[in-house]
Amino acid sequence: MANNTYENRKFVVAGIALSIVVIYIVRLAFLQLGTTDYKSNADNNAFYNNIIFPSRGVLFDRNGEVLVYNQLAYDIMVVTREIDNLDTLDFCKSLNITKQEFIDRMNTIMDRSKNPGYSSYTQQLFIPQMSSKDFSVFQEKMYRFQGFYVRERTIRRYATDHGAHVLGDVAEVSPSDVEKDDYYSPGDYIGKQGVERAYEKELRGEKGIQVLLRDARGRIQGHYKNGELDRKPVPGKDLTLGIDMKVQALGERLMKGKMGSIVAIEPKTGEVLCMVSAPSYDPRELEGKERGKHMMEMGRDPMKPMLNRAILGTYPPGSTFKTTQALTFLQEGIITDQTAFPCSHGFRFGALKVGCHAHGSPLTLEPAISTSCNGYFCWGLYYMFGNRRKYKNVQQAMTTWKDYMVSMGFGYKLGIDMPSESRGMIPNADYYDKYHKFSWSALSVISISIGQGEVTLTPLQIANLGATIANRGYYVTPHVVKKVKGGHLADSLLVKHRTKVEPKYYEMVVNGMRRSVLGGTCHAANNPWYEVCGKTGTAQNRGQDHSVFMGFAPKDDPKIAIAVYVENGGWGATYGVPIGALLMEQYIMGKLSDESELKAQAIENKTINYGTRER
Amino acid sequence: MVQGSDNKSIFMSIDWITIMLYVVLITWGWFSVCGASYDYSQPDVFSFSTNSGKQMVWTLTSFALAGMLMMIEKKFYDMGAFVIYGGMIALLLVTLVIAPDTKGSRSWIPIGPVKLQPAEFAKFAVALAIGKFMDRFNFDMNNKNDFVKLLAMICVPILIIILQKETGTALVYLTFFLVLYREGMTGSLLFTAFAVVVYFIVGIRFAEEQISLNLPVSIGEFVVLSLAMIFTTLMTWIYTRNVVAFKIMAGVGWGISLLAVLFSVYVIPFDVCKVILLLDLLMIAYLMGLGIFYRYYKYVLIALFATLSTSFFYICDTVFDHLADHQRIRIEVLLGMKEDLKGAGYNVNQAKIAIGSGGLSGKGFLNGTQTKLKYVPEQDTDFIFCTVGEEEGFIGSAGVLIVYLLFIWRLIVVAERQPDTMGRVYGYSVLSIFLFHLLINVGMVLGLTPVIGIPLPFFSYGGSSLWGFTILLFIFLRMDAERNMKRQ
Repeated sequence: MANNTYENRKFVVAGIALSIVVIYIVRLAFLQLGTTDYKSNADNNAFYNNIIFPSRGVLFDRNGEVLVYNQLAYDIMVVTREIDNLDTLDFCKSLNITKQEFIDRMNTIMDRSKNPGYSSYTQQLFIPQMSSKDFSVFQEKMYRFQGFYVRERTIRRYATDHGAHVLGDVAEVSPSDVEKDDYYSPGDYIGKQGVERAYEKELRGEKGIQVLLRDARGRIQGHYKNGELDRKPVPGKDLTLGIDMKVQALGERLMKGKMGSIVAIEPKTGEVLCMVSAPSYDPRELEGKERGKHMMEMGRDPMKPMLNRAILGTYPPGSTFKTTQALTFLQEGIITDQTAFPCSHGFRFGALKVGCHAHGSPLTLEPAISTSCNGYFCWGLYYMFGNRRKYKNVQQAMTTWKDYMVSMGFGYKLGIDMPSESRGMIPNADYYDKYHKFSWSALSVISISIGQGEVTLTPLQIANLGATIANRGYYVTPHVVKKVKGGHLADSLLVKHRTKVEPKYYEMVVNGMRRSVLGGTCHAANNPWYEVCGKTGTAQNRGQDHSVFMGFAPKDDPKIAIAVYVENGGWGATYGVPIGALLMEQYIMGKLSDESELKAQAIENKTINYGTRER
Repeated sequence: MVQGSDNKSIFMSIDWITIMLYVVLITWGWFSVCGASYDYSQPDVFSFSTNSGKQMVWTLTSFALAGMLMMIEKKFYDMGAFVIYGGMIALLLVTLVIAPDTKGSRSWIPIGPVKLQPAEFAKFAVALAIGKFMDRFNFDMNNKNDFVKLLAMICVPILIIILQKETGTALVYLTFFLVLYREGMTGSLLFTAFAVVVYFIVGIRFAEEQISLNLPVSIGEFVVLSLAMIFTTLMTWIYTRNVVAFKIMAGVGWGISLLAVLFSVYVIPFDVCKVILLLDLLMIAYLMGLGIFYRYYKYVLIALFATLSTSFFYICDTVFDHLADHQRIRIEVLLGMKEDLKGAGYNVNQAKIAIGSGGLSGKGFLNGTQTKLKYVPEQDTDFIFCTVGEEEGFIGSAGVLIVYLLFIWRLIVVAERQPDTMGRVYGYSVLSIFLFHLLINVGMVLGLTPVIGIPLPFFSYGGSSLWGFTILLFIFLRMDAERNMKRQ
């Protein structure tokens, strides 16, 4: 063969080819087998998960009136690449913005540092949440503005200006919400307070998803696997509340200029008929864009309008608490309905004196309740805690007493379907052992028998006491939501809780409460249409006394139990009784009589001066 | 000889292994084009409105072309090699004048609905011409006259194609130096080319980086100057066998350099590069002296190499600063100096994502998302290998490389069995061209070589390249089929 001296060099050439292929295969192994980073990168690249938001459940009151609903709002979107021949002046005019605002907004959209997902091929948010009124102006001209689109979305709207604390509100999720629940992504909305928060899972429904394929310019190319992986959104469940909005509105009206709370419960079912916390606010203030600003303002208000006093405020129950004492003493056999105790302007024992107002003496249970005699109940507690035949020592007596209180729903959370609740305070033997270093007697704790001292309850617990008495010995866990459409209430909300006191003793207390309406402290609540039972309270306080009322009606077959608590309102009869009476009338009769309407106006116009100090 | 038995013997002598590998590659390539050009709105891969449909036409015509080429006797190329070469050079020149400007390139001639790129076809002409030239009875690679003529034959088309603004295609012609090496060109030239690449990459990549805080020296400068010294010393030993000179150079040069570095690190930091530069210059002077003293040209050549090496860093730095922006950025991204993922690095990064997402066994035929959704640019031409990587995974892409290796290995075997230099040179030209395309195309997709737009033979979509490679290959296969016939 001619001229083939360098044949061995074929190995060099083959070696070069071999090393190239080997190096490339190693590199391929590194890229394809070494790490999964590239794979997730590829998925982020190519798949666009289009989230379809479900409509949030609507809230109704017990009469079927719409309270909270969703409204369509319009986001104006822009595809910057498609803008062509834009008449900026006309455009700005129809959107009611200035030319400068237009320029600034466009610059922000196109600035990748402020808008990282920017692509000139896809829709970018230009103006968020336009109302349909504003949008209709723009819509007429929209065909002229190339590159501008509209995206519909829903926002939460309130049909009522009442019930803010119960209804609650929605807002964008916080980072911690997103962390706690995988369902949420930044920018989603979530219930923040009230029913919106407590029933978030029912209301929110389930997001739908479309898995779309997206090309390198961000344009959608179609459904992945022909939509096999797509999911339709499931709309949220509508809720019917137990709240009667007319009663709620009247309650809020009557509480104008006052601080305090009203809670009404349907005794048979435990449904909350109204839950007023004053001062309140218009729930519409927390709609949409202004939410943050109004939250700040209310947060700074010394009157704390955001605080739901009905379940978070803890107050001394005052004389309304005497009913629980009567029931305990009767069940424990300390007294009978015929037992009489003396009261000469109060309870005196050595140097200790608990004052009382003028009434006949000695007196039995019924008149003691109707006149709200302090002495009677102090004696009762004195005899109970001093009874060494029944209880080994005062500690055991105290524990027995506490168990009665707890069985009536005090000292612990009732378990209402709201995001937070206070438990109030029922002291126990340990508490006094610590406080008095084991040397204490009935006399040391005597004020608990008249709902003062260490005892505190939430207004809800006071109303629940009314419901328990109305039911002659049981209550159903109070709850705000009556019905979940296409779902059911939690079992814990439908449980009947029996107290440790037999119904026959309740009957005696009912009679006492009826008597206080007929001829005692609550006579202002009496009316010719149905039989009201009630008990006033005048809770002592560092300042002016709190005005309290607890009652129910009608006496047989009760439809409503109510608690009214007006801070610094003075006598129970001053605010508590008339407000309670008006609300019961509104609920049972469906409206106020002319005479009652005049009374309501008078109360509405009364203002209590609380000063401006922090409380 | 009877015509019939002649044809029969030719048919028997065809290298069916190569043809089989060719068919495997071209079929695999067609499926890849289907995957890469698949459009969700146009699911029919055979439709002529899709690239896959058109590629099917190109493939079938290529088979026809191959059949026709098998009819043309070697005699024709043997006699016409220089004519074909001359005609091709003329066509390239004409193209330069008449071709319309497409994306800055003047290399495409539109003929009816299709466009042809003469630069793709010119390769086989060059291969034939140098083969014919080296086949001369008295050809000597070490004869300066012959070598310069050979260089000219290769460089003229390179120049014209560069003028057409098809730098990538022009680079392919560098692969002929591998052929020249096989035919006896000194290995030092190949080594010099290798050294230039190393200098370039290291020098540019690390020009601005300091070795450490207490050694204020540019890594790039230090490494290039040191390598220049080491290469020069070793070359002196290998090519002159002058052990004394080697010992002097190694002892003085490496010794003083090492002392300087130690002094700089442990005593007083100073610019070590100045010392090494001085030593390099001394070394050049010493080699020149030896050359004059012994009157031996190799010393002068090594001195030349040393001069080039020493000055290379400074030349590169200057050239680099004067490159057009997009070229400089491409180089910087390739060398990992810039993480410009949305700009110039976008292609390479997306290519890596596409390949990496394939995993071991890939996403399946037509199931790749990255390439079809056009994240990878030019996904059915230059970046076709991404589709293979994404849809067929490691198994598929390594498989393609292995089939390629077998193909090239088979071509080496076939080239080596040629009875004459022309056949062998042409064969090596063919396999070197395939090898170079594989090196650059797959390398750029894997992020290992610069992004140079040249196709992957038999895979990339396009009629010109497919026809070009088919012509290249089948001329050779016909030559080979005649190997058992007596030369006339």
